[in-house]
Amino acid sequence: MDLHLRVWRQKNSETSGKFVNYELKGVSEDSSFLEMLDILNEQLVEKGEEPVAFDHDCREGICGMCSLVINGMAHGPERATTVCQLHMRHYSDGDTITIEPWRAKAFPVVKDLIVDRGAFDRIIQAGGFITARTGSPQDANELLIPKPIADKAMDAAACIGCGACVAACPNGAAMLFTSAKCSQLNLLPQGQPEKDRRSLAMVAAMDSEGFGNCTNYGECQAVCPKEITLDFIAKMNRDYAGARIRHFFGKAI
Amino acid sequence: MNLDSKIPEGPLSEKWTNHKGHNLKLVNPANRRKYHVIVVGSGLAGGAAAASLGEQGYQVSCFCYQDSPRRAHSIAAQGGINAAKNYQNDGDSVYRLFYDTIKGGDYRAREANVYRLAEVSNNIIDQMVAQGVPFAREYGGMLDNRSFGGAQVSRTFYARGQTGQQLLLGAYQQLSRQIGLGQVKMYNRHEMLDLVLVDGHAKGIITRNMVNGKIERWAADCVVLCTGGYGNTFFLSTNAQGCNVTAAFRAYKRGAGFANPCYTQIHPTCIPVHGDQQSKLTLMSESLRNDGRIWVPKSKEAAEKVRKGELDPGAIPEEERDYYLERKYPSFGNLAPRDISSRSAKEACDDGRGIAPGSGLGVFLDFRDAINRLGENVIAERYGNLFEMYNRITAANPYKTPMMIYPAVHYTMGGLWVDYNLESNIPGLFVGGEANFSDHGANRLGASALMQGLADGYFVLPYTVGDYLGRCGIHSAGKTKSDAPGFSEAEQAVKDRITRLLNIKGKESPRSFHQRLGHIMWQYCGMARDKAGLEKAIELIPELRKEFWENVKVLGEEAELNQELERAGRVADFLEFGELMCRDALMRDESCGGHFRTEHQSAEGEAVRDDDNFAFVGVWENQGDDKPPVLHKEQLVYEEVKFTTRSYK
Ligand SMILES: Cc1cc2nc3c(=O)[nH]c(=O)nc-3n(C[C@H](O)[C@H](O)[C@H](O)COP(=O)(O)OP(=O)(O)OC[C@H]3O[C@@H](n4cnc5c(N)ncnc54)[C@H](O)[C@@H]3O)c2cc1C
Ligand code: SF4
Ligand code: FES
Repeated sequence: MDLHLRVWRQKNSETSGKFVNYELKGVSEDSSFLEMLDILNEQLVEKGEEPVAFDHDCREGICGMCSLVINGMAHGPERATTVCQLHMRHYSDGDTITIEPWRAKAFPVVKDLIVDRGAFDRIIQAGGFITARTGSPQDANELLIPKPIADKAMDAAACIGCGACVAACPNGAAMLFTSAKCSQLNLLPQGQPEKDRRSLAMVAAMDSEGFGNCTNYGECQAVCPKEITLDFIAKMNRDYAGARIRHFFGKAI
Repeated sequence: MNLDSKIPEGPLSEKWTNHKGHNLKLVNPANRRKYHVIVVGSGLAGGAAAASLGEQGYQVSCFCYQDSPRRAHSIAAQGGINAAKNYQNDGDSVYRLFYDTIKGGDYRAREANVYRLAEVSNNIIDQMVAQGVPFAREYGGMLDNRSFGGAQVSRTFYARGQTGQQLLLGAYQQLSRQIGLGQVKMYNRHEMLDLVLVDGHAKGIITRNMVNGKIERWAADCVVLCTGGYGNTFFLSTNAQGCNVTAAFRAYKRGAGFANPCYTQIHPTCIPVHGDQQSKLTLMSESLRNDGRIWVPKSKEAAEKVRKGELDPGAIPEEERDYYLERKYPSFGNLAPRDISSRSAKEACDDGRGIAPGSGLGVFLDFRDAINRLGENVIAERYGNLFEMYNRITAANPYKTPMMIYPAVHYTMGGLWVDYNLESNIPGLFVGGEANFSDHGANRLGASALMQGLADGYFVLPYTVGDYLGRCGIHSAGKTKSDAPGFSEAEQAVKDRITRLLNIKGKESPRSFHQRLGHIMWQYCGMARDKAGLEKAIELIPELRKEFWENVKVLGEEAELNQELERAGRVADFLEFGELMCRDALMRDESCGGHFRTEHQSAEGEAVRDDDNFAFVGVWENQGDDKPPVLHKEQLVYEEVKFTTRSYK
């Protein structure tokens, strides 16, 4: 198929960017979206023009590195699909496709379609863990975890840290991402001792990174490639409120 | 080259305990902060090592090429991780896991290392559960297990189809905690381009900052490489796009021995290649072989009709299907080890019975019987996300029609040579995870790479690195600075190479060269190898390399984010390394595990080892550019197991 592409080009974080139009011919419908960009880049190299920089690594929907807004949708039109798993069979000959980077205050553009998501790492560093010294903890089966709880924790743990939720949110909020990790750990018995500290620290880090507030648009859930649901945000809000109250009375755990 | 494996004295089952308890030096906790350790890689091995060393009190600097340590390629592992817990009460034990791993590796792994791996496997599960890894559980609240290839017990722990992701995120969280505490400094988007030796010891690295192109020197008391495998030498593989051999290969160029580079694992269950625009191959987890049955039509005619879309596979009656693994290996059936399953698929396709449209290179993985037996919802619970992934890529529905699969390059058993302490022949250079050669012999069993990465990172390196630092002594701690001799030469070499790449200004893209190398490797050094083919490859690769250095076109500038330059550097190393793989494959004039030399097979087409002449680790020493490398041998001595011919019948 032949395509008209409008691609965001930006030399680096200091300069401003703009859309550039490209015509691309002969894309196979079995190709993935990123393979389509590979073809574009090979053609640009051929012509001596600098190829388009974009983030990607695993190309199987799990590393969370790929991050494109396609025709206004983070990760493109398919439900529960990262852009690296999106295939060109969902497009037709002659389509115009607009490709942009994540747009959010907390994710500055590094180059072309690449952004800096370091803020996510710093939220995890603040409290997205369970303190468990390397050594010999108790036998794994001494801790019984009811299957529904383990499954719910796994639902939250499936987050790949891609940042689509932030990119899709009109406020640029990071609630879905933060609540997924916070809830995973807060749900599990191993996570109880640090529950309050974790909830307070992760929310504080999120706020200080310049992410916006959550006003329940729900756009995040709609674009999330791992189908993380809004109920984790509700859970984190509850955990946070409880922690604040206990903190106020000097009883936060 | 000194290849002393430093295997401790004593019975196999006591070696590690004694070694840890008596031989390894300790560093006083107050002194640890004076030492600086570089860890390159943030996958299971690197992430776990960096977190544990930081937690012990060392100053750690950790590097990765992605934008976050959480994206290391370990994240992509789907199926599971082995441990000898025997939670299923099916007779498993440390010894059995050890034995299966040695046997699965076709008697080409070092016994003592493998035993230790099996021994610490149980600690890994405990550790990861304590960190909050949400492994699958039974209704009683206990951990669930499944079976993987090459074993007759259920010892594989899993977290849906995302085991690698969950384990890596566990290690990443521990690492993040140490970063938050200031114990570990994390350098994302930094690519290691050289190793620096000071007085023969590994004391630093040179990196390129991938955002601004800055070349930087980093000095430390020792260097730990956990940079993953080199499957991308083949261009198409199940590895992530950025997986490379550069870090390990640069260490080789500086004198580290490269062991068994030809041992490559070709995974039997991947989605077949669809065309020449493809950039990677996607694995369908081996766990699918628990319930899926692999077959091709008995007749070539039927296969041809399937390929042309004239015959619906579902319409082929039972008696006209060849469930070839069940037929040839009745006791392991569809769970035969990976090398054997892959080769059988190739045989069926070479015989004209492949079923993928076009190339024919594909066989069926069929869930019809499992769905009839267990119901669609049970299958969906077990494999739902894998079925969805398959559907996304191929647009086919595996609940209704059988999956099509074909083998693809997946894992590399070879790697930098290390002794029992995971230290290479360069003092102070430690290597963990897929980047070393140590535990899987000539073939890795499913679910044991995750186990090895975490064993190395959590339970071996924190002890042995401390031992090295202790032996160097506190007077040396933190003394190496980045103005030491060795740094400026290495930095200059890195800069010169970049300038050279950018100035060739030829006509062909780095990707195109990579693709051409991949064709050579797959054709001559893939699932089946022979003398003539390998000799041919050893001629073709240097020609291609020469062409690359004359005609590659690398656009963009040095001092900026430049993905073409990154690729060009990696491809340049693959172009040298591919030749080393072929040399090793040519030297190894036997078949073993994933290394199948067509000259050495039984009448039934099984691999035939030559234990008298090849029971050794082949370790290559670099002799400088354009000179053939020299082979050294570490003889494999088995105290506990006896060589036998692997049989999965
Ligand atoms: C699709 C797939 C599925 C798999 N499934 C399973 C499974 O079910 N069970 C199992 O046991 N195994 C599985 N494996 C194998 C297993 O995942 C890997 O062998 C293992 O995770 C490797 O871990 P590692 O820590 O050694 O390396 P990696 O996780 O690959 O990490 C390498 C690290 O090194 C860094 N790095 C590399 N080069 C450089 C450089 N030059 N400079 C700076 N940093 C660098 C990277 O950034 C990364 O952080 C699978 C592999 C694949 C590809
Ligand atoms: S919550 Fe979903 S969209 Fe947000 S980072 Fe996680 S996986 Fe991506
Ligand atoms: S490239 Fe890894 S999720 Fe898309």
